Amino acid sequence: MSVLADAWSWLTTAANWSGENGVRHRLGEHLFLTVVCLALSCLIALPVALVLGHLGKGGALAVNLANAGRAVPTFAVLVLLLLSPLGPYGQWPTIIALVLFAVPPLLTNAYVGMRGVDADVVRAARGMGMTGRQTLTLVELPLALPMILTGVRIAAVQLVATATVAALAGGGGLGRIITAGFNLASTPQVVAGAFLVAVLALLVEAVFEGALRVGPARARARRSGG
Amino acid sequence: MTGPPDDCLVRNEWICGDYLSTRREILGDAVVQHLELTGASVALALLLALPLAIAARRWRWAAGPVLGITTLLYTIPALAMFSLLLPVYGLSAALVVAGLVLYSLTLLVRNLLAGLRAVPQETRQAARGLGYGPIRLLLAVELPLALPAAMAGLRIATVSAVSLVTIGAIVGHGGLGNLIYSGMNTYFKAQVLTASVLCVVIAVAADLLLLGAQRLLTPWTRGRAA
Repeated sequence: MSVLADAWSWLTTAANWSGENGVRHRLGEHLFLTVVCLALSCLIALPVALVLGHLGKGGALAVNLANAGRAVPTFAVLVLLLLSPLGPYGQWPTIIALVLFAVPPLLTNAYVGMRGVDADVVRAARGMGMTGRQTLTLVELPLALPMILTGVRIAAVQLVATATVAALAGGGGLGRIITAGFNLASTPQVVAGAFLVAVLALLVEAVFEGALRVGPARARARRSGG
Repeated sequence: MTGPPDDCLVRNEWICGDYLSTRREILGDAVVQHLELTGASVALALLLALPLAIAARRWRWAAGPVLGITTLLYTIPALAMFSLLLPVYGLSAALVVAGLVLYSLTLLVRNLLAGLRAVPQETRQAARGLGYGPIRLLLAVELPLALPAAMAGLRIATVSAVSLVTIGAIVGHGGLGNLIYSGMNTYFKAQVLTASVLCVVIAVAADLLLLGAQRLLTPWTRGRAA
């Protein structure tokens, strides 16, 4: 198909990689947004989930949050934030929207992981004289690690996807290559941008998959049913 | 009664009754388009997912590729998915439907397969002992028992589709997303908020409707799990 050939030649043209609208700059923006927002959402979601999971409270909140996150369109939240008083503050509407969408999977998975820790193990830890804090950090956290890391992986992939949508609302990132392609009515550029975004999303997924495989065995999800 | 120079449309307020009464037709059309796009894509995805899941259940070798490919498709961000399909479908509603079908496929196939696999071996053997052939076994025993898991997947797929239709605004076929998009460009707060709220309302209503359908279709699960 000629469009694919044109998209390929767009990707291999050096001029399209440099400058403010070039692939290199947009890719940098995309990765920056993803990393900053992943760190922020982990800082917000994980402590809350660990404490709630440890105390065994707020289960309905943790589960319903994930469902609510799915029902609210990313694009709508982005535009609402953009038109709100926060709008003029550069990247902030994008960052807030991204964090809002990364928190639910992190919170839900970490909470479910904490609750999934065998109650007998927790009781044994208490019987050995561990304090609540010790039980949390030395027993529950390591055992819940596979689920927590699954949540981080889902959040990271979600962030890559949402950072793309941010371009629709004037934010930065690789999505801008797609929207610029639409504005120029240049199908090859649209396809080239979409290709880059898809590859990035698959790469992020693969990196997490690989990291879990070479990481310590206890971080790997075991077969459930035990 | 408010005069033209001082109504909430002129003041560009977030919540505006005049907007609802003056743009009733535009809103109605957008909601109908939103429902059509969602309904068409979820229905098509279901039609595709059913044979795929049954094939993956029947032939062990088919399960890996089916799950692998659908998961791969799910990882690709929606905006990129729509853009990648642009050369095939052009700027049409079919593009949005095709993208959403590919997106919903993962959730449906995975849940259908999980439901089919959860049918106990004894149940299957009992049916065979009663003289059920393979097709009758599938239709009268396996599929009904897989229904709760399948419906759970259908609910998630539908809610996600309602929210993702908004991204179709990039090609001008986004239902309520079109209103959000144009509202963003013209800084029209009431339009953005109204369309966003309607999106969430549609998602919640669809979810409850499917939940009700599930209760009706699987009376045997009531009472056991409250």
